[in-house]
Amino acid sequence: MSGQGIRGKSAIVGMATAGVGEAPGFSAMELLGQAAVAAVADAGLQMQDIDGVFAATSSHAFPTMSVVEYLGLKPRFFDGTNVGGSSFELHLLQATLALEAGLCDAALVCYGSNQRTAGGRLVSMSEPQWHETPYNPRHPITAYGLAASRHMHEYGTTREQLADVALAARGWANLNPEAFARGPLTKDELLSSRMISDPLTKADCCLVTDGAAACVLTRADRAKDLTAKPVYFLGGGAANYHRSIVAMPDLATTAAAESGPRALEMAGVGIKDIDVAMLYDAFTINTILFLEDLGFCAKGEGGAFVEDGRIAPGGELAVNTNGGGLSCVHPGMYGLFLIAEAVTQIRGDAGERQVDDCNLALCHGNGGTLSSQCTAILGSEAAL
Amino acid sequence: MTQNDASQAGPQATYEAFLEQGRFMIQRAKSTGEYVFFPRISTPTGATDLEWVAPAGTGTVYAITVNRSRSGSTNVALIELDEGVRMMSTLPEVETAPIGARVAARIEEAETGNRVVFDLVEGGAA
Repeated sequence: MSGQGIRGKSAIVGMATAGVGEAPGFSAMELLGQAAVAAVADAGLQMQDIDGVFAATSSHAFPTMSVVEYLGLKPRFFDGTNVGGSSFELHLLQATLALEAGLCDAALVCYGSNQRTAGGRLVSMSEPQWHETPYNPRHPITAYGLAASRHMHEYGTTREQLADVALAARGWANLNPEAFARGPLTKDELLSSRMISDPLTKADCCLVTDGAAACVLTRADRAKDLTAKPVYFLGGGAANYHRSIVAMPDLATTAAAESGPRALEMAGVGIKDIDVAMLYDAFTINTILFLEDLGFCAKGEGGAFVEDGRIAPGGELAVNTNGGGLSCVHPGMYGLFLIAEAVTQIRGDAGERQVDDCNLALCHGNGGTLSSQCTAILGSEAAL
Repeated sequence: MTQNDASQAGPQATYEAFLEQGRFMIQRAKSTGEYVFFPRISTPTGATDLEWVAPAGTGTVYAITVNRSRSGSTNVALIELDEGVRMMSTLPEVETAPIGARVAARIEEAETGNRVVFDLVEGGAA
């Protein structure tokens, strides 16, 4: 028994994205601001109602200070925990704790990046690891290439199976008008893509886009009185063992094997109950790792699981229905876009890509080099 | 109460100073026998009585990738030393190597200072 006391006690009542794809002429904070304004409006609240701020970006050393100043807020509670792309799944948990404790009444979770149009001007805040620098790793791809090499070695995972992940992502993106990379794509094209860090090619890498996202949470009792259909926070779990890929205990198994069960236990649901799985696909190997580690399939069977369109539209499991980081959007930290798609699906607003009777979504965030793993379970009123 | 001993450098600087002398040294806790890499001030079980020892210098390729670019390709490998700890390194003499291959350490002079690299061991099991 852990954390069930906060199950269903908060809800996402407003959600928005901005600048998905390319947003030339806008700064990261301007995009974040647009998403925040739209999310607050979506909730039917006023910006001055926001008294809790949760933020992380790749370009602000003190993200909550910058957000508060930019939006003219005076929050009672704020948290800028930065665990890379998984920050926002963790922020849902932190925001729920703060709301439930009465430390704030309306929490804004937000992110923004102009990584694509800023081009070479973007300087990473991620510091090199001194014991790695003599070997010139090109993180993050070097780290993910190492993990993929190990997964192939232990389980016989193939490049064809990695290509199946990218192919499925594109299939979903082709149903999503907001996705940045749309259009036909063949397995041959994927397999002949330029090798960057063996066994990963350019086609195994996520997009580099601009984009911002924001959501607003309130306590569940208040959510019922607001304009948008509430999407309830049912469970959250986190696990983290390392910073540098060198210190990852087992390169073929991530800490999602702990964060997932923690989140599911809090939510009181099983993995088979999940209608939509939003898995942080910075690289194709991620999807396979997380399908296994979260329990959608047995360890080592992720490669076979993604074959034959099983995670593509019309397949057995709806995975990354927005098109994922591989074909929809990836501005550097992708975690809040997982939540945005889960909210869209649970609200029933996903158009052509809508999953039937979508009541439970799992969002799995990944940060660093397969380092921080944070899982959140979201559900409709029917799932409460 | 200060915990610094001004007569000794920290683990990172000590490791790097050994390397500049041409020595590859890692840490081991006297009380628990745990080896540690990268160098730090305590072990995962909390032991702090770390001493510097010369590892056997042999190990196994745990994971490997080749970073490819127009200017050339270099491999980056995680090597599991026979002492049980893992480090990032490279095998400069080969394009790549199979996971499980046996390797031996040597110190190479690089532009940025000495570094530990590995070579395949003749007849090493892959």
